[in-house]
Amino acid sequence: MDFDNAKPIYLQIVELFYENILLRQWQEAERIPSVREIAVMVEVNPNTAMRAFTYLQEQDVIHNKRGIGYFVSENGYDKVLDIKRKEFKEEMLPDVFKKMKLLDVTFEEVKASFNDYLKKTTHEKE
Amino acid sequence: MIHINNLRFHYPNGKSILNDMSLELSSGSIYGLFGRNGEGKSTLMKLMAGLLFPKAGDCFVLEEDVSKRSANVLQDIFIIPEDFELSALKIATYEKVNSAFYPKFSRELFYELINEFKLLPTENIANLSFGQKKKVFIAFGIAANTKLLLMDEPTNGLDIPSKSQFRKILASTINEEKCIIISTHQVRDLHSLIDHVVILDQTKVLFNQSLAKVSKYLWFGKTSQDIEDTLIYSDVTFGGKAIHHRKDKNETEVDLELLFNAALSETEKINNALKNSYREAII
Repeated sequence: MDFDNAKPIYLQIVELFYENILLRQWQEAERIPSVREIAVMVEVNPNTAMRAFTYLQEQDVIHNKRGIGYFVSENGYDKVLDIKRKEFKEEMLPDVFKKMKLLDVTFEEVKASFNDYLKKTTHEKE
Repeated sequence: MIHINNLRFHYPNGKSILNDMSLELSSGSIYGLFGRNGEGKSTLMKLMAGLLFPKAGDCFVLEEDVSKRSANVLQDIFIIPEDFELSALKIATYEKVNSAFYPKFSRELFYELINEFKLLPTENIANLSFGQKKKVFIAFGIAANTKLLLMDEPTNGLDIPSKSQFRKILASTINEEKCIIISTHQVRDLHSLIDHVVILDQTKVLFNQSLAKVSKYLWFGKTSQDIEDTLIYSDVTFGGKAIHHRKDKNETEVDLELLFNAALSETEKINNALKNSYREAII
C-alpha cells in the first residue's frame, strides 16, 4: 500500500475497509482479516492497524465477536454508504464548486459531462 | 524492559559518546533510534546488548544489569549490527550451531523466512552477497524470538522487494512482550512500522516520544501564512513543509524527516509543544 503523507495511516486503512465493503468484497456479517493480518498485509505497526479497527467499530461498520474475530456489521454496507455520501457532499463537492466558480464552468456543462459518462460506462458494461 | 541511568561511555582515548544519559524503553513498541552520524546510536545498541560496558551509570535489561552478561538475560537479547561477519558455514549448520543459545528459537520460522528470502538451507554463507548474508542474520534474529531485538540499519543492503518482506515480517513478529529497536537513516523504509521515536544528539537523548502523542499535538503540512501563529518549525525551502501546533486541525501523518530536523534545530519548541503545561496554556 502506498501511503499519502498527509492523511494518518490508520485512516488510510479505514478507507481500504470502506472500499472492500462498498465493492462487496467483504460481505455483511462476514468475518474479516485480523488486526495482525491487516498489519502484515499493509506493512504497518499492529498498533496502527488496531486504531483503524477501533475507529471502524466506533462507526458501527465492523464489530468484534470475542474470541472469534471481527465481522462486517449486519447493516455495514448502508453504514459505509452513508459515511461516504456525507463525505462526498461535505468535503468533495465544495472543492468542485469552488473550481467551477473559479473556472466559470456551468452546471449544465457538468451535467452534460456526467450524462456522457453514464452513457459510456453503461455501454462498457454491455 | 530497558532502564538506562546516567550512562557514560567513551572509546579509549576518544571523546565522550554518551554522557549522563538516561532512557526508559518498554515492551510492545517498535522504537526508531535516530541521530546524526557519530552520535552514538550503534554504541548505545551495543551497550544494551552487553557488548560494551558503561564507564559510569548502568543499563538494565529485563531487570538485570546487562553488563553482568548473565545467560538468563543474553538469551533474551539479539542484536543485528550494521557490519558483521558470519561463519563460513552452510545456513542449516549455522542455525544448528547458534540456535542452541536461544531457548525460544523457532526452527520452523527460521526456514520459512529463509525460504521467503529465496535462500536455500544448503547454501554456504561464505558464498552469499552482503545483502543475502544480512537476510540470513535477520531471519535468525527474528526466529530467535528474544524479548529485545536490536537492529542497526537493517534495510541497508536489502533489495527493493526484500524491504517490503522485511516490513511484513516485523509487523507479524512484534507483540506486547517484545521490544524492537531499529536504528536507521532510511526513514522511509520503516516509517509505517515505527511507533516511538528516540533521537540522540550531543551525548544525550534529545527527543523521546510516541508517534501517537506527536500526531495528537503536532500538525504536519505545507506552510500557509494565515496560520503563522501556530508555527513551530518550517523547512527553509520555498513553500516547504512545516510543523504547527495541531489545536483543532485534522490529524496528519507524522513526517519523520521533518520531525527529525525540527527536533535538532528547534529542540525546545518541539519538546515544549508536547508538554502538558505549555499545551494547555496555549489552547
